[in-house]
Amino acid sequence: MTDATANNDQTLAADDHHGHQPPKGLMRWVLTTNHKDIGTLYLCFSFLMFLIGGAMAMVIRAELYQPGLQIVEPNFFNQMTTVHGLIMVFGAVMPAFTGLANWLIPMMIGAPDMALPRMNNWSFWILPMAFTILLSSLFMEGGGPNFGWTFYAPLSTTYSPDSTALFVFAIHIMGISSILGAINVVVTIINMRAPGMTYMKMPLFVWTWLITAFLLIAVMPVLAATVTMVLTDKYFGTSFFEAAGGGDPVLFQHIFWFFGHPEVYIMILPSFGIISAIVPTFSRKKLFGYSSMVYATSSIALLSFVVWAHHMFTTGMPVAAELFFMYCTMLISIPTGVKVFNWVATMWRGSLTFETPMLFSIAFIVLFTIGGFSGLMLAITPADFQYHDTYFVVAHFHYVLVTGAIFSIMAAAYYWLPKWTGHMYDERLGKIHFWCSLISVNVLFFPMHFLGLAGMPRRIPDYALQFADFNQLVSIGGFAFGLSQLIFLVVLVKCVRGGEKAPAKPWEGAEGLEWEMPSPAPYHSHTTPPEIK
Amino acid sequence: MSDSLKQINRRLMLKLGSVIVLMFGFGFALVPLYDVFCEVTGLNGRTVVKAESISHQIDKTRTVRLQLMTSIAPGMPWQFEPLVKYIDVHPGENTVVKFRALNLTRELVVGQAIPSVSPGLAANYLNKTECFCFNQQPLLAGEETLMGLVFFISPDLPANIDTLTLSYTLFNVTEHYVASSAQAGI
Repeated sequence: MTDATANNDQTLAADDHHGHQPPKGLMRWVLTTNHKDIGTLYLCFSFLMFLIGGAMAMVIRAELYQPGLQIVEPNFFNQMTTVHGLIMVFGAVMPAFTGLANWLIPMMIGAPDMALPRMNNWSFWILPMAFTILLSSLFMEGGGPNFGWTFYAPLSTTYSPDSTALFVFAIHIMGISSILGAINVVVTIINMRAPGMTYMKMPLFVWTWLITAFLLIAVMPVLAATVTMVLTDKYFGTSFFEAAGGGDPVLFQHIFWFFGHPEVYIMILPSFGIISAIVPTFSRKKLFGYSSMVYATSSIALLSFVVWAHHMFTTGMPVAAELFFMYCTMLISIPTGVKVFNWVATMWRGSLTFETPMLFSIAFIVLFTIGGFSGLMLAITPADFQYHDTYFVVAHFHYVLVTGAIFSIMAAAYYWLPKWTGHMYDERLGKIHFWCSLISVNVLFFPMHFLGLAGMPRRIPDYALQFADFNQLVSIGGFAFGLSQLIFLVVLVKCVRGGEKAPAKPWEGAEGLEWEMPSPAPYHSHTTPPEIK
Repeated sequence: MSDSLKQINRRLMLKLGSVIVLMFGFGFALVPLYDVFCEVTGLNGRTVVKAESISHQIDKTRTVRLQLMTSIAPGMPWQFEPLVKYIDVHPGENTVVKFRALNLTRELVVGQAIPSVSPGLAANYLNKTECFCFNQQPLLAGEETLMGLVFFISPDLPANIDTLTLSYTLFNVTEHYVASSAQAGI
């Protein structure tokens, strides 16, 4: 026993020698290779992007408050819809998940750090460069990207502004960042698990991220290829998408959605992992159907590669192809349904309490399912001919991305904040944030279903008079939702600066290795592998 | 981190890196794959390259209507229209139709017509033995010309199709014009 203690002291002393605590000042953040620091950087960056992208959404909703053109030029409106989409997808949701992965995966699998720490530093720090390039293009002559986040050819080739090269390079850099992050996650999960942490013992957040990382590795290079083709078509006279030279603009949509549909799941699978961690904690029960969750996630990922053309039913495909993509799309609702029923079964007869993370999780389950149902409606080919490019589509993907992905990220933030900061967040403010968000988000997005069914097209700064009342309501919901997120900012700042001391395990029903270390988590954790029960 | 673990991590990283390179290549490989797929199935209304003119049995029992459409891409200062709006033919019968093109400017403009057939699945049954769309068409200032298309509809055309639409879009390719462009790749 005494020997062991002596040994321990020696290791500690050795660690102290080359800096046990982080260095002070700005350079700590620039040079850091610590997974917790990098996780914090990712999360702060994604929150900043969330606010910037949200500000653009406010411009869109302000313009759409009344019919006619009031506030912005149509070209600027198009830039707002485009850059809002790009920022929310590549700047807010994806980096937030990467930040959570950085913070949590090593702690959850008993690893001291990510497998490739130096690369980890790079994969974060190229991200601000990419978004600086993208945002700066808004101030150039002719404006920034205005062709929608899907940058369909020929809008992005023949008719795009001169700044398109900057858009292309920004996407390249974002892609490289995600790819590096994904490689790091895969290597960490496969090689760095503590002895005894078998694959089927891994927390579901780790599982869903492993599958997400494989999706990223498979499709981000295809996105890089697509933007490269747009670049050469626009600037170097190639004709990948130019009919006059033997190309085909429909080909663009095939390649883009071959990336785009798996991308959609990249933005939701980690959410499934988060909800699978939070729901059992506040139900004080084990997760119902752990292994079925793993298989369901894998089958969603595999199916995501054979459904891309449901985004392009109206391009004039033969009936056989339309039926194939329709049935494959509907098939996805089966594994997704398995997940939803598992969460409900986990809550069934549990002793539930409703702290903020649980509230966001329950809202996720209900509202994400509504988004799933409107997705099923869109999957029906003949119905899609009516819904295509209307506000119904906008309502659908905002239900899965805002009340899906973003709500789960907020749930995760509330759930692990005590572990990250060592302080409990303000529960009362958290609940106010939740209820304000929940009500306003539905005022914001639910009427969009009706607008879409009535035929209001998306991405247009003006609309026919009969849509005026609903649009006013939607805009009011939008402003309220935007303001509600400032409450979240206050909660975060308060929690980082102080508050009630958090115990190692602030949630009674929580399970997992991260809750066995003190709060806040020490700068270096799991320096010796933990024991896995 | 021990050196052996670093080695293992490095090896896995390189493996994943090669998958990335492969998938980047796959993105570009989709372009020829798509062309082959469209040619084989006739999806997307693309017509096959120049057909052999084989003398077919003419199927007098059947009449198929071919509708002709033209449109002009932005930046193309020509008039371009078919002399007839539609023509009724028997499958297997060689037929000639003419299109009129007029250069409205005071300088040389080169056009390239891109065909598309609807319904898409019928594209493989519309055989062109001669077509102006196989070549780029230079027209001098103010010049007018008649451009010919010789085609036959294959007798194997599925029985449920009785009308085809052949649409040409005319693009301005003056910038890319090469004098000796016998093959425009269409």
